Amino acid sequence: MFADYTLNELTSIFAMQGFAGLILFSIFVLMALGLAIIFGQMGVINMAHGEFMILGAYITYLSSTVVSEYLPGLFNVYFFIAMILAFVVTFALGALVEWAMIRHLYRRPLDTLLATWGLSLILQQLYRTVFGAREVGVSLPDWMMGSYAITDMIEVPINGIFVMVLTLIITLAVYLMMQKSSLGKQTRAVVQNRQMAGAVGIDTEKVDRYTFGIGCGIAGVAGSAFTMIGSTGPTAGQLYIVDTFLVVVFGGASSLIGTVASAFTISQAQSTMEFFLSGSMAKVLTLLTVVGILMLRPQGLFSLKIRR
Amino acid sequence: MPFTSIRELLPKKDLVGFAILALIIIVLMPLFLDIFRLNLIGKYLTYAFVAVGLVLCWGYGGILSLGQGVFFGLGGYCMAMFLKLEASSPEATAIQSTPGIPDFMDWNQLTELPWFWEPFHSFTFTLFATIAVPVLFAFIIAYAMFKRRVGGVYFAIITQAIAAILTILIIGQQGYTGGVNGITDLRTLHGWDIRTDSAKYILYFISAFLLFACLFAAQYIRKSKLGRILVAMREREDRVRFSGYDVANFKIFIFCAAAAISAIGGAMFTLQVGFMSPSFVGIVPSIEMVIFAAVGGRLSILGAVYGTFVVNWAKTSFSESFPELWLFAMGALFIGVVMAFPNGLAGLYQSYIQPWLKTFINSMLSKYQQYIPAKFGLGKPAQEAAK
Amino acid sequence: MTTTHNHKHKEMALYIEGLTVSFDGFKAVNDLSLYVEEQEIRVIIGPNGAGKTTVLDLICGRTKATSGSIKFKGKELTRLKEHEIVHAGVGRKFQNPSIYEDLTVFENLEISYPRGRNVWGALIFRRDDEVRKKVHEIAEMIFLGDKLDSPADLLSHGQKQWLEIGMLLIQDPELLMLDEPVAGMSVSERKQTAALLQRITKDRSVLVIEHDMQFVEDIADRVTVLHQGKVLSEGSMERVKSDPKVVEVYLGH
Repeated sequence: MFADYTLNELTSIFAMQGFAGLILFSIFVLMALGLAIIFGQMGVINMAHGEFMILGAYITYLSSTVVSEYLPGLFNVYFFIAMILAFVVTFALGALVEWAMIRHLYRRPLDTLLATWGLSLILQQLYRTVFGAREVGVSLPDWMMGSYAITDMIEVPINGIFVMVLTLIITLAVYLMMQKSSLGKQTRAVVQNRQMAGAVGIDTEKVDRYTFGIGCGIAGVAGSAFTMIGSTGPTAGQLYIVDTFLVVVFGGASSLIGTVASAFTISQAQSTMEFFLSGSMAKVLTLLTVVGILMLRPQGLFSLKIRR
Repeated sequence: MPFTSIRELLPKKDLVGFAILALIIIVLMPLFLDIFRLNLIGKYLTYAFVAVGLVLCWGYGGILSLGQGVFFGLGGYCMAMFLKLEASSPEATAIQSTPGIPDFMDWNQLTELPWFWEPFHSFTFTLFATIAVPVLFAFIIAYAMFKRRVGGVYFAIITQAIAAILTILIIGQQGYTGGVNGITDLRTLHGWDIRTDSAKYILYFISAFLLFACLFAAQYIRKSKLGRILVAMREREDRVRFSGYDVANFKIFIFCAAAAISAIGGAMFTLQVGFMSPSFVGIVPSIEMVIFAAVGGRLSILGAVYGTFVVNWAKTSFSESFPELWLFAMGALFIGVVMAFPNGLAGLYQSYIQPWLKTFINSMLSKYQQYIPAKFGLGKPAQEAAK
Repeated sequence: MTTTHNHKHKEMALYIEGLTVSFDGFKAVNDLSLYVEEQEIRVIIGPNGAGKTTVLDLICGRTKATSGSIKFKGKELTRLKEHEIVHAGVGRKFQNPSIYEDLTVFENLEISYPRGRNVWGALIFRRDDEVRKKVHEIAEMIFLGDKLDSPADLLSHGQKQWLEIGMLLIQDPELLMLDEPVAGMSVSERKQTAALLQRITKDRSVLVIEHDMQFVEDIADRVTVLHQGKVLSEGSMERVKSDPKVVEVYLGH
């Protein structure tokens, strides 16, 4: 399949597809980070994670409409406001869901999966009722439009670069939060020994609520980033949920670096193959490879030997 | 044989449950419903197979599969391939550029039948493949996962991913599979037109019969030592392992059994509804099948049948009148059944209706005891209960 | 298999040699060697984190050894899977009573009955007189003869411990491993348990982990003291108690 292209063309194809892959990678990372925090740290699968992301996307869409209508002067920076709003709202909804639902199901992970699936159906229909079934897109400020030409054959879109920088910053922030902040330390303490953590005065219920909220909040920010490269519809979140789960599981569930590395591997494989095969076959092959590897190495790529 | 008598396999309580369900499905429904509604019920019956399988592997075995649609679909596709080949005789497809192959292949510029379609000319092979293909597929998944001690949410996610992969594959390879429309326009089985009303009646009764066969098989498994081992495993896997059992083999068995039962349902679906498509394979239909079992009560094989009926009946009536409310209702159902009624309809029946029924029947019996001939022995439970 | 009743020349049942397991570099068990005779009751004691439970985990296959060998009746256990080790005649009781709370006492014992252990066998397993007789016999032995039909979660903590011991006995293992069998028991229950152990060890070897020193003195033939994954001292209770190394570990620092 490579025979039809010159070497020069191949390099460009790989570079361009690689860049397309990097954008997919950013979405995967942002989605997976939230999911990995919740799953890795609390053992809870949140099937409504995609819908939290889409909530963030809708909030970004709303801010873009409101700002361009009433505060056109702020349009150049509206995106940052939207991101903060998206985080706050999804965090609040996440914490609410944890309080109302998840905390009653901690010992029943399989039931959590079904209950959050129910939540995702309700959210999808809610979006459809409020925003309509049609997909919506945001308008970007001028400075995010256009692309940057590296060579005469390789061009990269600026919004793509922006999303990647954003992903980098958020990933670093999450990493630092889990490693250095007192909440991160408390979370890890609760994971390792819930009873002991409670005994030394950590409010484990509060930690759970914050962890879940933050995981959802990151999904909200992912939603903001998502608006730049895709259009937002009620069921757009569901399309990514399986891929994201595989990213988390493939990465080893409890390691952030593993999550990032696995998101990178999967997104690059998929977008490179997409150029040569049809999109659906690329996806089938990628998912099949991941599932195959998981069957041989169920603990994921990056997990340590732990004492059971 | 592990059971010396039918009583041991089917204690009175279960026998009554089986009898009532049989009365509803075999007598009342065909008696009171027109053929259109009955065919709808027949479709629900085929979903009930999946729900019964889920009770075995999820309720008893603790293995949640979010990919049961895969097995339902594989069973259904095997049957559909046979029927499609019969509908694509060279005479019937003379206007195609390649006569004798299914129409969708012709539309996709295929000029000969793919090799894996060839064996489906034989009905015997098709019947075999209907069960064997899904079971083999289930075995590979289960063997790879359970021998490495992967379970719980990991397994659920992997099965969901497999459902997603298979759907994308079927849709993407439309020349071989019929794509998003599936395999449609199925007409005859060995020359017998399956689209007529009389054929629909007969197929309904075949489905009902097969469902009861599967229910008996499930009841056998439940009541055997294997059923108790599954319950034990769900609670304390390690203890079972250290009592000398290879836990993985039991999980593989029950997962394959559930797959086989689902596959029968899928094949009957194809026959009754006349087509098979990827919309019964993917993530959404697969997880909906879990809710059938959950609503019925995850530990009750009979409940699974009722749960399937109730959810699908609600879905049909909602979609007719308030389509936009259905997803809300479905979502609420998922949350409600998990948080408030983890044992579903069967649980509600056991804790509310059954005690009431017992007192009612007993009071009736003691009231009219003198009129009941002693040889029927009907007075006995009442006397025992009175003690 | 030769079983001599001459107490001076008993056969060795269990050979553990050079056993090591490391978790991320931490050696929980470090080059351990241990020999248990047939019909011997051996008690392993030691401070927390000495590796006692890990040794049992290694023998029954729950944890895989990094290196070393465990031989039981001539079979190399480190190469077998858990259920194969059980079939080889090793039974293990866990620290917290590990029973099936949704099942009755009868069903708990029945599941442990060594017949119909593969899928097919379990499907055609029949509750015949032989099974019933054995279950009743064991239930009497573990003081639960009148509780056969009650769900296991209604038992007291001590009764659950006995039930788990009963579940092992019905397997008739040649090596019985008990992890803190009297933890959480009342004084009278401890006495009953000690008597029970004396009775059931007639024709098998027993490996016990226990903290209750009175209980250890009551039952032990010999005692092994573990410390930091190694054998610190071994011998009769008197000998071990007066070993200065042991005193140092327990009372020192």
